[in-house]
Amino acid sequence: MTGHIRRPQLVAPAGSLAALRMALQHGADAVYLGLRDATNARNFGGLNFSEEDIRTGVAEAHARGAEVLFAINTFAQMGQVERWHHAVDAAAALGADAVIMADAGLIAYAAKRHPSLRIHLSVQGSATHADAIELMREQFGIRRVVLPRVLSVPQIARLAKQTDVELEVFGFGSLCVMAEGRCLLSSYATGDSPNNKGVCSPAHAVRWDEQDGTMHARLSGILIDSYAPGEPAGYPTLCKGRFTVEGERGYVLEEPTSLNAVSLLPSLIDMGIAAIKIEGRQRSPRYVADVVGVLRAAIDDACRDPKRFVPRQDWQGTLGRHAEGDQVTQGAYDRPWR
Amino acid sequence: MATMTAPNPATFRIALGPLLYYWPRAAVLQFYASIADTAVDRVYLGEAVCTRRHEMRLADWLEVGQMLREAGKQVVLATPVLVESESDIAVMRRVCAQEDFLVEANDLGAVHAMGRRPFLAGPHLNVYHADTLGWLASLGAQGCTVPVEMDGATMMALAGARPADVALEAMVWGRMPLAFSARCFTARHHRLRKDACEFRCIAYPDGLVANTGEGQAFFTLNGIQTQSATCLDLCAQVSRMAEGGIGYMRVSPHASGTLEVLGHLDAIRRGERPAAPSPALPANTAPSNGYWTGAPGIRWMSQESVEA
Repeated sequence: MTGHIRRPQLVAPAGSLAALRMALQHGADAVYLGLRDATNARNFGGLNFSEEDIRTGVAEAHARGAEVLFAINTFAQMGQVERWHHAVDAAAALGADAVIMADAGLIAYAAKRHPSLRIHLSVQGSATHADAIELMREQFGIRRVVLPRVLSVPQIARLAKQTDVELEVFGFGSLCVMAEGRCLLSSYATGDSPNNKGVCSPAHAVRWDEQDGTMHARLSGILIDSYAPGEPAGYPTLCKGRFTVEGERGYVLEEPTSLNAVSLLPSLIDMGIAAIKIEGRQRSPRYVADVVGVLRAAIDDACRDPKRFVPRQDWQGTLGRHAEGDQVTQGAYDRPWR
Repeated sequence: MATMTAPNPATFRIALGPLLYYWPRAAVLQFYASIADTAVDRVYLGEAVCTRRHEMRLADWLEVGQMLREAGKQVVLATPVLVESESDIAVMRRVCAQEDFLVEANDLGAVHAMGRRPFLAGPHLNVYHADTLGWLASLGAQGCTVPVEMDGATMMALAGARPADVALEAMVWGRMPLAFSARCFTARHHRLRKDACEFRCIAYPDGLVANTGEGQAFFTLNGIQTQSATCLDLCAQVSRMAEGGIGYMRVSPHASGTLEVLGHLDAIRRGERPAAPSPALPANTAPSNGYWTGAPGIRWMSQESVEA
């Protein structure tokens, strides 16, 4: 090991003040959150923050020495750009430590209007290699990039050597099998996508119906999956449905599974990753508490003695309980399908 | 309501997007030989989906480009959309470095690699509003293809706000590119690893359709790309699009129907036919135009409901 270890920041999701408080209590170094509208990529009913809540959240986070990262990570829509400008202005006014953004036109606005505001390029910004990151650094002085979940560990290691921009990677949570910011499957089926409305497979399009004991999960009427009696049913996220190709039915794109990169922490720390992110602003305060607690302990352990680091059984048990379909994978990081 | 006649239909140019499928070399060469004789104005060449594919190397594409240029076409080389492996990066940089043809930049890295030389901004750069378009123009973009999910009214609003020297292009026909992954779904279907994929995608000249449990054709697997199973058809909208400032109408190549739709669009712009749905679709596809009205992209709306 090299002499000095850079301890990555643990970045936790906050879909509500309750979740934010759980994250802080269980050891998050930063929380990320967004306004209650299409300016952020978790625009789900009952979720997210009013400006007043953000004021409270920022005060509580700063009192504990934690940061608040403000997600404005959808693409401003023609004719409604003011709404996104307002979100950027609000982030600056409310004392956000950084904004997480994807839309270059909007980043240009933030960089010009609020030159001291720290800008992170969102995973939705689809910067998958050094040339892409360099463009955004050169143009807007971005300080950090959240890497798409399509990269392998060796690719991330190479990238870490090629750029001075901080790298943030996902450590746990739901998995996008598609390159983020470039997936229109949801609007194809429902009209609304992460890019245009901040949602994927939105709840308003979901319908369940039962026929002869078989449960059908639909999006805008399109059958995404069917469950035999007694079979556990998942949310119909359309890339995780079962479809038929050449007469064969199965998970054509991806199984319902969550990302778990805990055992990769020593490698990620060794390459100098600046932050480990937990996905799940749509999840409960309990999820946030449990997952932040595990990741806090794991990062601390891995920094203390990276060579001997072994994920603890009870951590993996806790994470497994919060995983989609009770399954976890290291996804693109180790590419078993390569 | 009185019937409106349009004696001088607004003119537009016809573009042929990059071939997104993996065809045998002979089929590719034959296809582009036939394109030379069509009315198409702009032809995109190159491998935008998977840099493991090798029937056509960059030198081969440059040769096809020369042939098409001699036939009077504007030739554009497309960079890969998802750039992650060393070989993706190498291909992207080589395309950006060549100076024979204009380049379509399909990721931010390609925009950087162009170093402020003129380029066209591809449909996956997520240009949803005029500020992003203006930013790309400041870096050298001379044109931009709008995201396939953009509705008609927004397209026209963007066209109205575009810098004067930036032409907008919109896809009007073909299976819609919807998503990209590090993972190859064609290989996954065949239980092969991506690095040992045996190039199975070459067996599916229009991709591999995935049906729902009720037999509805839903999406199309094309290697690392996921497309719609339906064929976008905005041919009935092209005159309005042209009036609204969309300069180029993009057709995406398919094994069948491509030449027919190119002829159809040319007849529309010459005023020989009214703007109407395409007479031809790729084999075994249904049309869709839902995105035009902001509806789910998979839907097909009748002309009456589109106008309403």
